Amino acid sequence: MNKKNTEYLINRKDNQYEVVIGLEVHAQVLSESKLFSSSSTKFGAEPNTQVSLVDAAFPGMLPVINEFCIKQAIKTGIGLNAKINKRSVFDRKNYFYADLPQGYQISQFKDPIVGEGKVILDMPNGQKEVGIERLHLEQDAGKSIHDLDPQNTFVDLNRSGVALMEIVSKPDLRSPDEVNAYIKKLRSIMRYLGTCDGNMQEGSLRADVNVSVRPKGSKEFGTRCEIKNVNSIKFMQMAIEYEANRQVDLIEEGKTIDQETRLFDTKKNETRSMRSKEDAHDYRYFPDPDLLPLEVSEKFIEELKNDIPELPDDKKKRFIEEFKLSPYEANILVSDIDIAKYFEEVVAKMGKNKDIKLAVNWITGELFAILNSKGLEISQSPVSAKNFAILINLIKNGTISGKIAKTVFELMIDGDKDPQKIVQEKGLKQQSDPKALEALIDKIINENREKAIEYKQGKEKLFGFFVGQAMKASGGKANPQLINEILKKKL
Amino acid sequence: MLDITKQSLTELVENIKNKKLSSTDVTKAFIQRSEKSSELNAYITDDFTLALDKAKKFDQNPNLDLKLPGIPMAVKDLFCTKNVKTTAGSKILNNFVPTYESTVTENIWNEGAILLGKLNCDEFAMGSSNETSHFGNVQNPIDKNLVPGGSSGGSASAVAGQLTPITIGTDTGGSIRQPASFTGIVGLKPTYGSCSRYGIVAFASSLDQAGPMAQNVKDCALLQEVISTYDPKDSTSINFKRNHYSKELTKNIKGKKIGIPKEYRVDGMPKEIEDLWQKGIQYVKDCGAETIDISLPHTSYALPTYYIVAPAEASSNLARYDGVKYGYRAKGENLIDMYEKTRSEGFGAEVQRRIMIGTYVLSSGYYDAYYLKAQKVRKLIKNDFDEAYKKVDAILTPSTPSSAFKIGEKTNDPVSMYLNDIFTVPVNLAGLPGISIPAGHDTKGYPLGLQIIGKAFDEQNILNIAFAMEEKINFKNKITDWWIK
Repeated sequence: MNKKNTEYLINRKDNQYEVVIGLEVHAQVLSESKLFSSSSTKFGAEPNTQVSLVDAAFPGMLPVINEFCIKQAIKTGIGLNAKINKRSVFDRKNYFYADLPQGYQISQFKDPIVGEGKVILDMPNGQKEVGIERLHLEQDAGKSIHDLDPQNTFVDLNRSGVALMEIVSKPDLRSPDEVNAYIKKLRSIMRYLGTCDGNMQEGSLRADVNVSVRPKGSKEFGTRCEIKNVNSIKFMQMAIEYEANRQVDLIEEGKTIDQETRLFDTKKNETRSMRSKEDAHDYRYFPDPDLLPLEVSEKFIEELKNDIPELPDDKKKRFIEEFKLSPYEANILVSDIDIAKYFEEVVAKMGKNKDIKLAVNWITGELFAILNSKGLEISQSPVSAKNFAILINLIKNGTISGKIAKTVFELMIDGDKDPQKIVQEKGLKQQSDPKALEALIDKIINENREKAIEYKQGKEKLFGFFVGQAMKASGGKANPQLINEILKKKL
Repeated sequence: MLDITKQSLTELVENIKNKKLSSTDVTKAFIQRSEKSSELNAYITDDFTLALDKAKKFDQNPNLDLKLPGIPMAVKDLFCTKNVKTTAGSKILNNFVPTYESTVTENIWNEGAILLGKLNCDEFAMGSSNETSHFGNVQNPIDKNLVPGGSSGGSASAVAGQLTPITIGTDTGGSIRQPASFTGIVGLKPTYGSCSRYGIVAFASSLDQAGPMAQNVKDCALLQEVISTYDPKDSTSINFKRNHYSKELTKNIKGKKIGIPKEYRVDGMPKEIEDLWQKGIQYVKDCGAETIDISLPHTSYALPTYYIVAPAEASSNLARYDGVKYGYRAKGENLIDMYEKTRSEGFGAEVQRRIMIGTYVLSSGYYDAYYLKAQKVRKLIKNDFDEAYKKVDAILTPSTPSSAFKIGEKTNDPVSMYLNDIFTVPVNLAGLPGISIPAGHDTKGYPLGLQIIGKAFDEQNILNIAFAMEEKINFKNKITDWWIK
């Protein structure tokens, strides 16, 4: 393992700088209803159609904890190998904004529901452990819409009160690539658990990115800046790159870095100061007197533990052991729960005499290519796992060649057709009758006497010519292995 | 038959059940008296027309199995009432009509009662004299230009003045018991978690509690029985076995041990309060109970603790009144300007003072010194009571350090105003039940109350003690109907 080669450093004249990154990821809890009310959380509804009296903070309305959201947070904590706190407290974070109806956000400040944990990243140069500081539950705010009217701001409260998990990492990340891997890993774990759909376009996953730089080898942290609310991995990477270079430039110029909150302008690809430390809000956190401290029993946690599915790290290990896959292949297959599901279904449907390597090659090759070109997720695959398994088996048992299989596959896409039927209807079955093939080959040798003699005299390249002729004559259906054998015998 | 409005709730229920009176008779009588009593300014909003319709409807098909069959009742304007304006005594909710009903009032209507209207109160229940209401002072029926106490001043005035047979108030630091004491009526602050806070405009969430205000202990017990229910919509509502308070009410308190806390003998307390207390001690002894001297050592810290905790919670609870969603909105140049104008025009001076105190004590750098320290002291105050209750079944104290004062007398002296709550505030901080019963008059002829504090969930016990004492005291309120037009 050569770490130096892949180290992400910022170079200036004589100095090299290391970048230190910590993330606060806001993941929307996958739940039917909100954290403290029964309103729906469905994305994309008409504005203000999913708002209860509690969400709009009407006088005398009180929050009631949604137990399902608590379970989701604890499950996520288990998935992050984290300590589950049996007692946690909901606090009020006080600030005024038009889309914050209560005038405070209910969050967890001193006593979060989940404590320290860790996540393992698979980097090209080996594994990397990233510490989790905590996970806490909080309500989302509504949405202010400033561009519908020149004079007024509109407020949509559909999102107000939706449960979020804020997952705070330790400052363990050192490069944009690690950030990429970290977000993908978190997303993968939560999708396995069914606790967050990880949909970044719909805002289900966004992050505040803390960036600081320090001279390579230094043990002390530099002054950090927080880049607020970045909603794609690409933007996170761009923002980090810009911000780290900005900070290095300041140091090189002998200036100091102000601890501040910054915004990432995606159009200009730069970060801009939003507010300084002095202007930072005083949120006046205090325990929400409308909610008693949240206490969960050991039994409650144990029951949730029993409910945890096989997670990506374990699945990967099993794939390597059980199916003799390479770590690389296993990584691809486990990275997304739907890919893993598809793969496992294909394996199950292939039956006893299965060729797993072949299936993996076909999934990561042909299937991914078709999904890519059509812009589909694997869950929307036009070819079902069942028919995909049949196709692999047809190759494996010699019914069709790999080449014919590609033709069959393309025909399967339209309406998830059974490959056996396609082979039958189109007469694509491989010719494996030695007698028929011998006759065919005899004919070709006869027609190409001179070339046959040249081959015998040592022009071995011509073997390929004969194979090609034979395949052509059979309409591509001849069993290539048999053709090879017969040709060797006859020439 | 006796004038309808002079009858107690128990008598009215009896007479309706015996068909001696109809709901319409009763409702009409209270409406008429209320209409003649505008000078008391007890109502913010009346609902008389609809009340009479409801009474007639009730009479057409009376369900006499209910606990409050066809009984008209006005309630404090802090309870959200569906389709009836709910202001909390504030300009900022001047135009607010809820689409929902508080659990406590829902319970009352479900037992057959009929809403007469919404009663005046201090703005957001912040006050001890009803003088902070946006809708003006309330007169105490005892005497002209006398405050009825607060914050449930309109409620107290309406019961004492017989504009409603009974009512409900809310008590955050004494807002039921102090006005009850000032107007010569009975007021119960139940155990925290006994009555749902759902649909009650919040002042200080960890202290607020609704409770009955009545002419006598039996009426009070009956209403407590109706309003105290477990409510899953309030996370602080407690699911405990509730008594049938009125049915189980008994004057037999023989052998009960009543604690007399020495710390309640405060400096400068008028002699007539001390005398009243001594009389109270004699009464409980006459009833066969035993009195025991006890100590509640942290009592003197209760008031400062309360005036940190309550404003802190209030500053946050009142943040929602920002002009964005409902209520009063001032025009502004931008969002911040709109906030500032809405809140400085919409809130009165006392509310603004408490928001500022609350914001200050929660600020970073001050939180530990004020809010956190106050929470620790609160725990010590609770521990005092826990210790005391190892020795006694209940505690007897005066309700207030003085009788009612004149309107305007303490307006410019908030601290002197806050001192009014000195005997009631510890009870809220400890989450305990407390009842104030009228026990005598001062030299001016103004009523004075005694407070009985119980163990948590032990409402039945303090109601019983109050019931027994009530008979011995035989209090008669001196009401001359001076305001009637």
